[in-house]
Amino acid sequence: MPDVTPDTKKVWQRRDRNHQIMIWLGQFIAVAIFMYCWHLVSEKTTWFFVLDAPRIATDMLERMMPPKWTYMETLWRPIWDTVAIATLGTLMAVVMAFPIAFLAARNTTPSTAFVRPIALFIIVASRSINSLLWALMLVTVLGPGVLAGVLAIGFRSIGFVAKLLYEAIEEINETQVEAVTATGASGPQILNYGIVPQILPAFAGISVFRWDINIRESAVLGLVGAGGIGLQLSASIDTVTWTQVSVILIVILATVIVSEWVSAKVRHSII
Amino acid sequence: MADNRTWKRPPFIKNPTLRWGIAIGGAIYLSIAMGTMDVNWSRVAAGLPRAERFIMSFFPPDFVSRAGDIADGIYESLWMTVVSTVIGIGLSIPVGLGAARNLSPRPVYLFSRGVLAISRTFPEIIIALFAVKIFSFGPFAGIIALSIGTIGFYGKLLAEDIEDMDPVQAEAVKATGSSWFQWLNYAVQPQVMPRMIGLAMYRFDINFRESAVVGIVGAGGIGATLLTSFDRYEFDSSAAILLIIIVIVMAVEYSSGFIRKWVQ
Amino acid sequence: MLRLDKLTKQYKTGDLALKDIVLEIPDGQVMALIGPSGAGKSTLIRCVNRLVEPTSGKISLNDLELTTLSQGQLRKARRRMGMIFQEYALVERLTVMENVLSGRLGYVGFWRSYFRKFPQSDIDEAFRLLERVGLDHMANKRADELSGGQRQRVGICRALIQNPELLLVDEPTASLDPKTSRQIMRLIRELCHERKLSAIINIHDVLLAQMFSERIVGLQLGEIVYDGPPDGMSPDVLTQIYGEEDWEATIEKVDDEDEAENVDVSASADAESS
Repeated sequence: MPDVTPDTKKVWQRRDRNHQIMIWLGQFIAVAIFMYCWHLVSEKTTWFFVLDAPRIATDMLERMMPPKWTYMETLWRPIWDTVAIATLGTLMAVVMAFPIAFLAARNTTPSTAFVRPIALFIIVASRSINSLLWALMLVTVLGPGVLAGVLAIGFRSIGFVAKLLYEAIEEINETQVEAVTATGASGPQILNYGIVPQILPAFAGISVFRWDINIRESAVLGLVGAGGIGLQLSASIDTVTWTQVSVILIVILATVIVSEWVSAKVRHSII
Repeated sequence: MADNRTWKRPPFIKNPTLRWGIAIGGAIYLSIAMGTMDVNWSRVAAGLPRAERFIMSFFPPDFVSRAGDIADGIYESLWMTVVSTVIGIGLSIPVGLGAARNLSPRPVYLFSRGVLAISRTFPEIIIALFAVKIFSFGPFAGIIALSIGTIGFYGKLLAEDIEDMDPVQAEAVKATGSSWFQWLNYAVQPQVMPRMIGLAMYRFDINFRESAVVGIVGAGGIGATLLTSFDRYEFDSSAAILLIIIVIVMAVEYSSGFIRKWVQ
Repeated sequence: MLRLDKLTKQYKTGDLALKDIVLEIPDGQVMALIGPSGAGKSTLIRCVNRLVEPTSGKISLNDLELTTLSQGQLRKARRRMGMIFQEYALVERLTVMENVLSGRLGYVGFWRSYFRKFPQSDIDEAFRLLERVGLDHMANKRADELSGGQRQRVGICRALIQNPELLLVDEPTASLDPKTSRQIMRLIRELCHERKLSAIINIHDVLLAQMFSERIVGLQLGEIVYDGPPDGMSPDVLTQIYGEEDWEATIEKVDDEDEAENVDVSASADAESS
């Protein structure tokens, strides 16, 4: 190409100019928002305490050592309760989430105008409210105890399980459903032969995954009086018995690791 | 000759001993777990009128009488969420890179995985409990707790995403003679970026929900206001706060869907 | 006999998929429906069992008017029409046997089907069909463990166990290799002859259509542009259906291979009878 003159040389830019300016502007706004929020934080913070934090933290760690292992004897029951809350709560959520997911999925809902929005609202409401807040409400209403914990875990998990499940239902292979329909199957039969086999692995995986999360969540419900090992944790912190606190932390760590291992094992065997 | 062959659906677990063992063991566990629940039914019965009052307080909720407290709390929750998401993600990038097996030398990998495991195990609320003891009451403790939670969540997913990336593309860029940082920028970043932006939005959502809880242990945010309203049995105000939380979560979810579409 | 009278389908998007189709398929006839993508082949057979609701027109199967049936009656009518799908459409996580038995769903009640307690006669028939297509040893395999050709044979069993009067076959060979395609088409033809079934077979491959059908209908933009015997396919006809292209080679090849195929068929028939 002999006749390439300088003014026909192509300039390469990753983006055109307006797009680039938009990106810069976006970044600028993001940084400004963060700086402003940080300013609010620092206003509400006593920096003296923050600077003092390393000393307090080491002090706390020292007082936690050595863990008072004899305290374990009183912990078996709370551990049992913690696992029971997670299991029963998950079970309750799974049973209730199953129909809700079918009502919420676009391809199985009986009515997009009326039923689907209600199902979606139940899902959002359940998910938005942390299990600790559910527990707070239920303890106020039902009194402290394991029941409030089970219900709190259950209510929080309905939305989680139903959301993931209805997304799985919306992604099923429609021709398999069509094939079952073409045999003259009734509505429930289509569900049983065409849809459920396709989502069952996802459903089982989601349930086990949520159970694993719930073990973690049920360990703290005791902070508001809804049973489980959190009760002992807050009591030990209130009475400043740090050697018991360290035992409880180790127990929670161990429980979480075991439950994670179990859930990974189960999910592997399903898929 | 083919007639009268019977057919039964093959069971999910082939080994009959294992199958029945799991079924019976599960049934026994569940019945014991239910049996040990120790429900105080008279207390539950006594609570039912209160439950009714609580549900009725949603129709309509009372946004007005505690408007000042609610606004302050929500506002505080929001900026706590912004700061902790940014700091948490900022810190989780080096940790996540370190925890990707195909990127880091063995010692760095093990160290980073350790950091992730510890920050993921404990729920934010427990971390907040200790943060309050160490940094004193206030939103700073809450931000520390949420940031640590964010590191565990985001760092792990980032590491997994990097481990799952297409090695051919990564190799091709390396073959051009790029430096390590150039390689990160050209080979790794484009592959993991879209998903990671979506996850950042999701974590923002989680942090907002968590910020509504850490207040229960004194770490700032709307949680303290909510706790007070429960303690005073001002259910109308509690209902208002809960509805605001639901609406904000919906808004974040909606806009994150929008941003994700825009990024891809 | 299946009779379509002025069948029209217009989709919500405004696309007119079928325009006043008039078609009669006598009992026992295997008819191939050819045409370019988007000509309305798929819509046509889905209108027959109303997986797609026709906009206007009449469809009658042995004097039963299908377009006006209620949901319950439609389910009964669907039992009389077996359907075979492109990409097999087996429920992949169910076993081969469950997939075959799902063809009986229109005949058994919900709880029976839920507990997989089908009548012994259905199970016998399922085994007979699986044996006929050479898959009876696979009955308890999961459908996603099968190869493409095997899956399509299971799909054929599922359609046949309905004891249908009519087969609706949608691109049965679209995802199969050439050899398996022929085997599947031959199987469908043989089974139709054995059971005196009529069939509508949507197919892309003109060669296969000529080889294995008794009548070819060409569809273009929702209208019938050819209706006649397989040997009536000329370059002009193909141009009319598919548009301008050099068709000579296609036709030549057909004649050659058709003869080779005939030899093949008798040979395999021998092999099977022995």
